[in-house]
Amino acid sequence: MSEAFDTVDPTPTDWKAEAMQRRIRQRYAAERRFRLIGFAAILISAGFLAFLLVTMFHDGAQGFVRTEIRIDLTPGQSAMIEAGDHEGALRQSGARLFSQSAWLALRNSGARLGPVWLPAADAIDVAAKGEGSAAAERTYAALRAEGRTRTGINWTFLTGSDATDPTAVGIWGAVKGSLLTMIVTIVLAFPIGVLSAVYLEEYAPRNRWTDMIEVSINNLAAVPSIIFGLLGLAIFLNVMHLPRSAPIVGGLTLALMTMPVIVIAGRNAIKSVPPSIRDAALGIGASRIQVVLHHVLPLAMPGILTGTIIGMSRALGETAPALMIGMRAFISAPPGGFSDPATLLPVQIFLWSDEVGRGFVEKTSAAIIVLLVFLLAMNGLAIYLRNRFEKRW
Amino acid sequence: MDIETTDLKMTARNVSVFYGDKMAIDDVSIDVGREHVTAFIGPSGCGKSTFLRCLNRMNDTIPTARVEGKIALDGEDIYASGMDVVQLRARVGMVFQKPNPFPKSIYENVAYGPRIHGLAAGKAEMDLIVERSLKRAGLWEEAKDRLAESGTALSGGQQQRLCIARAIAVDPEVILMDEPCSALDPIATAKIEELIHELRGRYAIVIVTHNMQQAARVSQKTAFFHLGTLVEYGETTEIFTNPRQTRTKDYITGRYG
Repeated sequence: MSEAFDTVDPTPTDWKAEAMQRRIRQRYAAERRFRLIGFAAILISAGFLAFLLVTMFHDGAQGFVRTEIRIDLTPGQSAMIEAGDHEGALRQSGARLFSQSAWLALRNSGARLGPVWLPAADAIDVAAKGEGSAAAERTYAALRAEGRTRTGINWTFLTGSDATDPTAVGIWGAVKGSLLTMIVTIVLAFPIGVLSAVYLEEYAPRNRWTDMIEVSINNLAAVPSIIFGLLGLAIFLNVMHLPRSAPIVGGLTLALMTMPVIVIAGRNAIKSVPPSIRDAALGIGASRIQVVLHHVLPLAMPGILTGTIIGMSRALGETAPALMIGMRAFISAPPGGFSDPATLLPVQIFLWSDEVGRGFVEKTSAAIIVLLVFLLAMNGLAIYLRNRFEKRW
Repeated sequence: MDIETTDLKMTARNVSVFYGDKMAIDDVSIDVGREHVTAFIGPSGCGKSTFLRCLNRMNDTIPTARVEGKIALDGEDIYASGMDVVQLRARVGMVFQKPNPFPKSIYENVAYGPRIHGLAAGKAEMDLIVERSLKRAGLWEEAKDRLAESGTALSGGQQQRLCIARAIAVDPEVILMDEPCSALDPIATAKIEELIHELRGRYAIVIVTHNMQQAARVSQKTAFFHLGTLVEYGETTEIFTNPRQTRTKDYITGRYG
């Protein structure tokens, strides 16, 4: 030990030397540079997000409102309505002015005589929002001059399903389809995923088989979703003969896709529970299952939920596998149950974005807003649950 | 060894432990007295903690660990196929090196063991067990007004006494302590040592320690381990004043370790 101190350093370190000062300046500069780059990265990503949200909300907001036209029902029209001929009554006021769903609005309004507000036709609606053809603009201007137009909330959009007329379409069918599908997905993927993670982490012996299973699960999480769609098509439809386009099949297929994500997140969360907690519980005579249920799972739950929500968000936005199992059909009524034909929000967006009618553009954006709100609600629920489970150490 | 056989709580005969192919403990035979504090001392990596963890089969949780030889609790082989590990660990409790309270309330920390073993018939009885355990662990006065607070909010020394209370709550026969004071300051250490004095007689206590003064202060029997073998075992006063082996003498006089 002592010989190290025998060789006395001839020149003591000069902390004030020029070279040292330069090093300090460089260090500060590097520090500043790094902070700036990080800040720029945040700014860019925030910019993209803002751009997306602003465009979507600007275009989509129009989808939630509609133009309505007032007609004053004459005794002649009243008689036709009495007879159940709503279409005929509308024809007398100029059928081309109204949406294809106007007769329904007329029937539901219960009006027999006098003024009633009915949804305008697509062309008029688009003109009212400032992007219509010259002829439609003129018609709209004339109606407006007579005080026969107003803007109202498009309830049809929130309560209806797909239709051929953009003024008559609704998102509710797709929302309900997505909801039912997500229920099937989480009911299957969450317990199976969590139990697999627990088994692999806490019980499985370390050998070639478990290594192989681990590699397979990791690979499964990276498989393109359309492959899962093909798998669903081959197994659930062709072999098991489950109904086509149904939420049950969609849910099964998406559960296949979500499960590996939950298993991986679950294993990481379980791994991060300190071993000292397991020792403590084992040391006072807790059985393996008591250790897992009383200590490991509650402590791992926030991490498991985070993984689950990432998997579910991905599943909610997934289009390709749904297309493969026939969920791209035109479905004009919301599904009544898990085996009814249904469509999903992203599929509905895809279908509407394919339509040529000008009115579908804003409906597409509006549907995207609904999808984003759905996602936000799901994430909000997950964050709430996670905070409830989170323990302070 | 000059103890009466009836005074023995645990006996280990020709115990060897392997981690895979590596031998960690080589042919150790030792007795744990019913009313004694037995200290295991020795340099780091000498196998004393490994041996301690054999006494309540905590090594079972390590897949590669293998134990040979015979360890008995009251004459009953604890590695026999009929032995229930869960019950064994309730009878042979353990306190770890780093205080490891559950992230639950103080009350729940103590009540957890009795609850899973069904030792309390109702809330009133459980309250009694919690109070008695905390009193025996010398934590009652500090904790009685904050039973609902998290166990992790206590200081390090208090956490370790909480862990002792948690071990006591299931009414064990033996308490194993794996360097219980190594993460604590001198005052907290003194409190734990005092506590060990008070617990002696009611429980057979085995303590692993790096601190030779601590071994001399709290134990009646001392075992010196070196490189996986038991070098010397005997009365603590004998070991510290008149060691028979040179290796023991070198260690306790600070020549190595």
